[in-house]
Amino acid sequence: MTPDQRDDVILALDTLCPMHCLIDPKGEITHVGPTLQKLRPRDPMPGMAFLDLFQMTYPRAVHAMQDLRAVAGRQIRLRLHFRDLPRTGLQGVLVPHGQGGALVNLAFGISILDAVKDYALTSSDFAATDPTVEMLFLVEAKSAAMEASRDLTRQLQTAKIAAEEQAFTDTLTGLKNRRALDHILHRLIEAGQIFALMHLDLDYFKAVNDTLGHAAGDHVLERVARILIAETRTEDIVARVGGDEFVLIFAQPCDLQSVDSIAQRLIQRLEKPIQWEGEVCRVSASLGTVLSLDYATPTARGLLADADRALYDAKRTGRGRHSFHHELAGQRGGTSAPRLLKGKEQCATSR
Amino acid sequence: MHGLMLRAIQTFAQETYGMPVWDRVTRRAAAGIAQFEAMLVYQDDLADRILDALTAEVGSPRATLLEDIGVYLVSAPRVERLRRLMRFAGLSYEDFLHSLEDLPGRARLAVADLVLPRLELRSLAGARYILSVEGTFAGFSYVMTGVLRAMADDYGALVTLDHRGLRQGREEIEITLVDISFARGRSFELGAGAA
Repeated sequence: MTPDQRDDVILALDTLCPMHCLIDPKGEITHVGPTLQKLRPRDPMPGMAFLDLFQMTYPRAVHAMQDLRAVAGRQIRLRLHFRDLPRTGLQGVLVPHGQGGALVNLAFGISILDAVKDYALTSSDFAATDPTVEMLFLVEAKSAAMEASRDLTRQLQTAKIAAEEQAFTDTLTGLKNRRALDHILHRLIEAGQIFALMHLDLDYFKAVNDTLGHAAGDHVLERVARILIAETRTEDIVARVGGDEFVLIFAQPCDLQSVDSIAQRLIQRLEKPIQWEGEVCRVSASLGTVLSLDYATPTARGLLADADRALYDAKRTGRGRHSFHHELAGQRGGTSAPRLLKGKEQCATSR
Repeated sequence: MHGLMLRAIQTFAQETYGMPVWDRVTRRAAAGIAQFEAMLVYQDDLADRILDALTAEVGSPRATLLEDIGVYLVSAPRVERLRRLMRFAGLSYEDFLHSLEDLPGRARLAVADLVLPRLELRSLAGARYILSVEGTFAGFSYVMTGVLRAMADDYGALVTLDHRGLRQGREEIEITLVDISFARGRSFELGAGAA
């Protein structure tokens, strides 16, 4: 090769493969492409030993020039990184060059995103045919599109939470939720309606959750909800107000007896074993009831608190029981029983 | 109509004329919503209605508004990302001009359902070019005029632009490069924007 021809080849290599280097038989770099040199602007690479500058990670056992040359002819993607900081990872391909020398062309591969920042690379550092700049464009366009999608998802999520907060339905059981109950209770009180409010708390539910897991617990809650719906009339209200707590409202109850018999029937049905994936779940229920008629001016908070008291009385005296608030100690002598409706036309609890 | 286009009109109008004007625009256009989502697709005639309403509200001709939108898209700090994406096109304003034919393809690479009008660049003698815009969205050439103007500033090039109106079903813009290194232009680093 004449010196002129050699210059032509070097120029072609610098333009086509700006990250190449030529290595002589001793393993010393004799020429380096402009972009590769740009990565270590203070250390001129010609004259340095290739293996002093780079650490090979694949193939691993490369300690001398003959090891490096051995790679030639095999379809191997070399993996290496700079020995000093920043230890940018590179990929490469090696071909024999001259008498016992080699030509190594390098590329960033996936480390390109860090490399463009670390070395302030510009489009002119890449060969005109190299699609790296297009790839960077895509990465950035993808980030922008992702950001727009994320914004939309975030907004939808916020809207979903807001809608759920405003919803009146318990998503697990399909029963009315606490919000709906408050709403209905205020309406009934405002309209001066007569009703019985029953607070129901499942017994042994925690044991089901603890031993068989939440999926079993959810299954039980769904079954309980179906029983509560089946045992009440369409005009009655059934709401789930907490984990295993429910409130039932009976409009126009005809007498204490019928309210109590509904309670007993509920307990009976809820105590029947519930099958779940080959296991048996057993729960029961304690119930406490207040009557709106017991109050000169009933309030939602007062009714719920008193129903709760009756419920805990039921729990205290053994589970699977039902108590009326007016029968509790200290409440005896109330006026509710005589005042409870008797007229058949207003009686609505008989089924 | 792709949400990105409506979103562009929206942010331009909100930042340029303020929220009350934008609220009146969406009401006047009977858009039914006040905020467009970049990643949703809307009715085709919505942009037309919005632009009519905006024209009526602010009293500028439609062509001027569209050109202002083009300038806004590549120069407002809020939409820096788009400017960066445009700068990937090349090192000089001339590179940028020659890459315009790829613009619809680049847009589709980024957002698969974003269809931009076809762009074609012809070189004339004396550093002059004709960019023809062919597509369903009438007036897109005015947006492109704004983009070309703002990108010239970005590259530090001095150019004159002449919108030549409709010719054989295409809208044409004549571009004359007066001085390609008139000013320093804004810097562009390849790696600055990758998140």
